[in-house]
Amino acid sequence: MIRVNDRWDIPWHEGMTVGDVLAACGFTHHYVAVSINGKLVPPVPHASGGPVPHASGGPAQHTQPVADGDHIQVIHIIGGG
Amino acid sequence: MPAPLITPQRMEALKAGHQVLAEFHYEPRPVDKGYAGQTLYVNVSDNTIAAKPVDDRMKHTFTGGRGFDLWLLWNAVTGKTRWDSSENEVVISAGPIGGTTQYPGTGKSIAAAISPLTGTVVDSNVGGYFGPLLKFAGFDAIEVQGIADREVIVFVDGNAGLVQIMTAPEESVNTYELAEEMVALFGKTPEEKRGVSSVTSGVGAGHSLIGCLNLSFYDIRRQVARLKQAGRGGIGTVLRHKKVKAVVVKWVGLKGDSLHPDDLPTMQQVGAKMHREIYERDPIMFTMRYDGTNHLTKVMNDYDILPVHNFQYGAHPEAVKIYSPEFVKFFSLGIPDGCWYGCTLACAKCAEGFEIYTGPHKGERVTVDGPEYETVAGIGANCGIWDAHAVLEANFYCDTYGIDTISFGTGLAFAMECYEAGILNKQITGGLELNFGNAGAMLEVLHQIGRGEGFGVTVGQGIRRMKQIFAEQVGADPKFLQDIGMECKGLEYSEYVTKESLAQQGGYGLANKGPQHDEAWLIFMDAVNNQIPTFEDKAEALHYFPMWRTFFGLNGLCKLPWNDVEPAANRVDYKGIQAAKVPEHVQNYVDLFRAITGRTDIQTGEDLVAMSEKVYNFQRLFNLKMGYGTREHDAIPYRSVGPVTNKEYESRAERYDKQLRELAGIDPDGMTTDQKRLALRRYREDQYEKLVDAVYKRRGWNEQGIPTLQKVRELGIDYPDVVTLVEKHS
Repeated sequence: MIRVNDRWDIPWHEGMTVGDVLAACGFTHHYVAVSINGKLVPPVPHASGGPVPHASGGPAQHTQPVADGDHIQVIHIIGGG
Repeated sequence: MPAPLITPQRMEALKAGHQVLAEFHYEPRPVDKGYAGQTLYVNVSDNTIAAKPVDDRMKHTFTGGRGFDLWLLWNAVTGKTRWDSSENEVVISAGPIGGTTQYPGTGKSIAAAISPLTGTVVDSNVGGYFGPLLKFAGFDAIEVQGIADREVIVFVDGNAGLVQIMTAPEESVNTYELAEEMVALFGKTPEEKRGVSSVTSGVGAGHSLIGCLNLSFYDIRRQVARLKQAGRGGIGTVLRHKKVKAVVVKWVGLKGDSLHPDDLPTMQQVGAKMHREIYERDPIMFTMRYDGTNHLTKVMNDYDILPVHNFQYGAHPEAVKIYSPEFVKFFSLGIPDGCWYGCTLACAKCAEGFEIYTGPHKGERVTVDGPEYETVAGIGANCGIWDAHAVLEANFYCDTYGIDTISFGTGLAFAMECYEAGILNKQITGGLELNFGNAGAMLEVLHQIGRGEGFGVTVGQGIRRMKQIFAEQVGADPKFLQDIGMECKGLEYSEYVTKESLAQQGGYGLANKGPQHDEAWLIFMDAVNNQIPTFEDKAEALHYFPMWRTFFGLNGLCKLPWNDVEPAANRVDYKGIQAAKVPEHVQNYVDLFRAITGRTDIQTGEDLVAMSEKVYNFQRLFNLKMGYGTREHDAIPYRSVGPVTNKEYESRAERYDKQLRELAGIDPDGMTTDQKRLALRRYREDQYEKLVDAVYKRRGWNEQGIPTLQKVRELGIDYPDVVTLVEKHS
């Protein structure tokens, strides 16, 4: 089981990635900062090639593997209203 | 077709109607360290005009902008003043940073008045050139008091040092024509036109309580007077009631150092850094420069936060029809779009040659700004209108009639639910089929407000009065109306579903002016990121963020450059709530404020928060003065907290059942939907009250929500009448 944001439990499966976890949670926002067990996940390259530290472009691009029992924190970076 | 044509004959007719009722001459002098050093008082009842000095205590206690508005208004009204009383004022101020051209988002004005919707003070933050030009013309704020006996214009010529009240019988009332008339009358050359900004409203503001102000800025490339709105709380209704068609300022001569800052190099340095950041980061973050604020619609729909059908639901399959691309195709992009000079975030978007299908402009091609996310979500999703053209047309008419798009959208969504629930019928609505999704009916209601007739007049009264009308005249259940009527303190909710965010329920319910998101927007931090899980965490967020955001209103700032773009290293250098504060940008504002004002006592972000805390608490006490400002007025409708109907519950049954089991300790198995819904309601309403307790405690208020005398003294707002007021209620 993967614990997400200390709130949701997502069933783990072999070969699971951060992107799979995001998809399972319905997290579609393109700009998120992800930590696994308190350690920030390395940046994901952006399609534009720009310097993007943590994101982006949708769950499928987050290919970092996750292990059963991991605690994942997903911080949505959004200014909002 | 850039703008309504003002013919020479029309110009002559306008001028022929002008009779100067009062004149005031003053010596124009440059702004010094962000302040003009005086405010302008205009009374259209007795045609008096005067300047009032701004002293150091006023600057240090109220800073400017919203703070100056509140102080001037406090001294103008009594606890018995009502929105339509002669002594009520429309007050507008920019604040010391307002008018900066080196940093993005620094041209805001803040308008305030006693609101026809809430009965107490309301403030509204708006773009356009008015506030900065007023300051450069010589005044940190303007108060317009009284009620004229005929239609007038107030004109401030900052270059000539002249203020006039003049009759204006021939001018239009609706902003689309009126703003162009003001530019044509008071600006001869393109450069002069750019130095003219007007504050106007429209006929709809006069026929409703949800009137907005339009503040113009002349787009020299498109050759049109564009418009930004001070939408909230019916300030436009107050202006129309005063028979003031327009307040106009003219000032030509803007330069990079017009604020005469204490430290221009620092100001330039901070600004240059921020502009670089926006150019690099906005394209990969929120694309404000391309999409404007409506980029949010998709995000809100994806996360079940977009208000659908009067906030019953948070998402809809057809929402894609009102996503940003559906509006971008109307925009003329590639032309600078800032609503003040130097704003590289440039979220104001402009549709040129937009064809109108209904109403008095049917068949015309017009220019219209927007729409903002709030308009799309309120008139679109909340009313179930998945039609971008209809939403943009409604945006145009709301602006020109002087109607707040948020109160209109939320209010109409309430009426639509009442119609679908059988509370209203065609006989009551005058033949309108007010089902969700009926774009034609939506536009007809809007035109009825414009004409001052039919069911539109009822919608224009706002939800609080609609609830009363439907209960008294139609026999509707007042409890059901209270549950589904999305207003608090008399103001309609802005456009976010808060059911899954207790913190945002407080963000709306505890906001001084009513449920507007500009005090606190904590939905993702709370409901998705789970960064503030305890009552204490939420209370801390509901202390810090409303105080911090107040700083923008004190200084003529837009909040977007604060957290709608972030430095690349923000989430590496800072964790949790600290990262959400965007410390590097907070430091920018410290540097900017110090560089402009020269105030060396301001060293850190906490100093800025302390500055805001004075004004925030003063506004809470202003509510108390007006007969509000206590706990019962922070109560929110249950639709904001949880599912009102079984249909709503069942639409998210898995989520609610899980919460009953895991949070409330109730096993939902074997319970009917009615039973589960009521159990959830008891749990959630109790949570809200506990949150209110925690926030009051954190803010230094008593359990009734009144700042304590000790707090008032600590903040330095212990003016004799403030102390008397607090003592009376302690």
